[in-house]
Amino acid sequence: MSHLLEIKDLQVTFGGLDALSGLNFHVDEGEIVSVIGPNGAGKTTFFNTITGLVEPTGGDILFEGNSVLGLEPNEVTSLGIARTFQNVRLFPNMTILENVMVAQHCRTSQNVFGALFQTKAFKKEEEEIRQRGEEILSFFGSRLVGYRLDQAAFMLSYANRRRLEIARAMATQPRLMLLDEPVAGMNPSETAELTELIGRLRSEWGFTIVIIEHDMAVVKNVSDRVVVLDHGVPIASGSYEEVSTDPDVIEAYLGRPVESRS
Amino acid sequence: MTTLPSTLILDWKRIFKWGSICAAALLFVSLVGMPIKLDPKSIISPLLSLGYVSLFWLPLIFGYVASSRVVLEGVETSKPGLSDLLTGVLTGAIGGAGLTLLMLGIENFDIRDPLINWSPQLLEVLAFGARDLNSAVWIGIGGALGLVGAALNVIPESLRRGVSYGFFTVLAVAIFEPALDDMSEGFRLEWLVELIFQKRGGLKLWPAIILASLIGLISVVSKGKVKKAVAQYRKQEGSQKKQTSVVLFGIVAALGVVLPIFMGTYVNSLLANVGIFLLLALGLNIVVGLAGILDLGYVAFFAVGAYTTAVLTSEISPFFAPGLTWVLSLVFVVLLAALTGLIIGAPVIRMRGDYLAIVTLGFGEIIRLLFLSDFLKPYFGGAQGILGIPGIDLGFVYISGTDTRGIFYLVLFFCGLAVYVSWRLQASRLGRSWMAIREDEQVAEAMGINTVNSKLMAFVVGAVLASFAGAIMAARVGSVFPNSFMILISIVILVVVIVGGMGSIPGVFVGAFVLIGILGGPKQPGLLQEFGSLKLLVYGMLLVYMMLQRPEGLVPSARRTQELHQEEFLQDSWLKGTDDEDEEQPIEGEEAQI
Repeated sequence: MSHLLEIKDLQVTFGGLDALSGLNFHVDEGEIVSVIGPNGAGKTTFFNTITGLVEPTGGDILFEGNSVLGLEPNEVTSLGIARTFQNVRLFPNMTILENVMVAQHCRTSQNVFGALFQTKAFKKEEEEIRQRGEEILSFFGSRLVGYRLDQAAFMLSYANRRRLEIARAMATQPRLMLLDEPVAGMNPSETAELTELIGRLRSEWGFTIVIIEHDMAVVKNVSDRVVVLDHGVPIASGSYEEVSTDPDVIEAYLGRPVESRS
Repeated sequence: MTTLPSTLILDWKRIFKWGSICAAALLFVSLVGMPIKLDPKSIISPLLSLGYVSLFWLPLIFGYVASSRVVLEGVETSKPGLSDLLTGVLTGAIGGAGLTLLMLGIENFDIRDPLINWSPQLLEVLAFGARDLNSAVWIGIGGALGLVGAALNVIPESLRRGVSYGFFTVLAVAIFEPALDDMSEGFRLEWLVELIFQKRGGLKLWPAIILASLIGLISVVSKGKVKKAVAQYRKQEGSQKKQTSVVLFGIVAALGVVLPIFMGTYVNSLLANVGIFLLLALGLNIVVGLAGILDLGYVAFFAVGAYTTAVLTSEISPFFAPGLTWVLSLVFVVLLAALTGLIIGAPVIRMRGDYLAIVTLGFGEIIRLLFLSDFLKPYFGGAQGILGIPGIDLGFVYISGTDTRGIFYLVLFFCGLAVYVSWRLQASRLGRSWMAIREDEQVAEAMGINTVNSKLMAFVVGAVLASFAGAIMAARVGSVFPNSFMILISIVILVVVIVGGMGSIPGVFVGAFVLIGILGGPKQPGLLQEFGSLKLLVYGMLLVYMMLQRPEGLVPSARRTQELHQEEFLQDSWLKGTDDEDEEQPIEGEEAQI
């Protein structure tokens, strides 16, 4: 059986810079895979290419066996790939509930006529959207519900913004979630909590997850498999223990020991 | 807070600064020709005309501004007193000196060539009609007005309230004189109008004084009650709020339906003008306010609506004249407007921000030039336009173009429709997608919104609403000409939306009434007909002032206020304790050691 997401020989160049050169990668249904690598290794470009924000110069991306190349970002999302952004990008002036409601756009269908004539189907769908939104927000405990539902997103604290962004990705009802540094900037207790939540995203919601993360404790705790990128190519892949002792990985992060220089 | 004893210390720098700005403003106002052009409009006959008001208000305001001081919480401020009054007087006097110099200049030099208002006529107005008035008198007038302005800072709050309310009421009543005159016939109140107004226009002196003191008194007595009522209304929740809203809406709607019966031709035609622009503004509000697409060529859809109606209903349309009824032609108007929306929208919508604005600006002109062109002259009559558009036969009633009351009801109906459409769409899947696109288009797309489709829908809905306005306008005027669809209309509608409050339906209403009703549309006279060519200047000044002082508009939507004042909202929520802070990081033994 084919993989949920399969990437073959993916190449992205910006001018003369090879952001990704010949990347092969795959994720199976139900896996949590971490993508790590030093800054500038091409991790975020990798996400941008999957979600259609960046056009690859070569290679292919298959989701459930079908190529997603050339699709608009919204089409990729409606196929079932959702993402968060490294630098949180919410809709700051919409309320918290609206942020989650608007993300269900591609799963709903009511048009102008439904809204103007207030048809039964329209009202039913609105109610469903709202309920699903509240259900998703309550996944994060009491932080994003109650009186907060109608508060603008910019009023949230930093950590809650990150949580809301995950909630918004959940609301698109994806099969595959791409989380770009979900715990960046969080303190240790928040990090621990979110690590646990990521596990529950798979066990309770059934998402397959790819995470970009710099916090090795998180990587170690959540991932089934770790892929290390450096200069746009995967240099190692395997369990956390395997990868963390791999000499190539250590070299990519720390450089080569002096005596081995020739 | 303690108050320091007031000493006579004058901040000369401040006085000179505000005084010279005041003088410059007075010179500008005079040389633009406001005193001459506005002199015929009498406020209190024969004492005060709008022309003099355009001069007098400046030293007063500058006196007020120069003498008001920043009161900081917890910082000692001296009691307002003599030095403040003197500041006001001096500021006003410096401003007035500007006019003195102007008068001397006009007497001695002739630079009428570049400055057309550098004329004996201006001199006569400035000299209050007297031939040999000493020009230094303006220094005195400026000083006195500055004193009044400064006194507003010194007198107690309730008195200030009374005075300003009284003053503005007199001004408003005088401005509304033609409308009141017109309405009085319907209400059989001609005697009242005759009692307070002079025959030649303007309030009589005694009624003005009585009116001002009455309103001033009422405002002092009723102080804070209106605010309280509004706050109470805002506080209501759920079904209770809904109930109040329904009642309020009912009252407004009933007034809208019943009042025109009592109003004469003048007011009805004025309201019909306001209504047509209101309809356009409500449509543009969806495009700009909700979806965030800055469309500067909105007049194109207005033109398409008007021309479609003209071609389909006029018996003498040059090429194709099916002579349909207005109602039937409306079906085609909607279809064609939607189609034009799609055709113009499709290439435009892929652009963002400034680029989009410029391209729409171009398309707006292209549509007008097409109607004007020789190429399409056989179909649309070129510059001669299409004449002979009949009135509107609704089956049970016939509304001719000159039946202003009928036209007003028609406009009212379509405005109601536009409000309904905006209201329902705002709270729908489509409305939410518009908001998301306005916030961050790239993220909206990544969250599964087909941004091209959503934006096109906004364009089409806006186009259809504008075409309704065009159809009504065509039937009302009875003819269409390419030059009725100048770029200026797009700009004026946009200014209505911005001044009223982007994205706020009540705001658009207020904007349309203030700008179109009082000042007038691009070609339509408003209540202040005397403004004429000065209208655009006032529009511009109003726009600049609003952008600087109140960018969210006169009656802003809650969302937009929040957007423009994020810091204040965050502070408020911090004060109320409903802010959101990250949980404190627990210091565990292990980490503390590291």
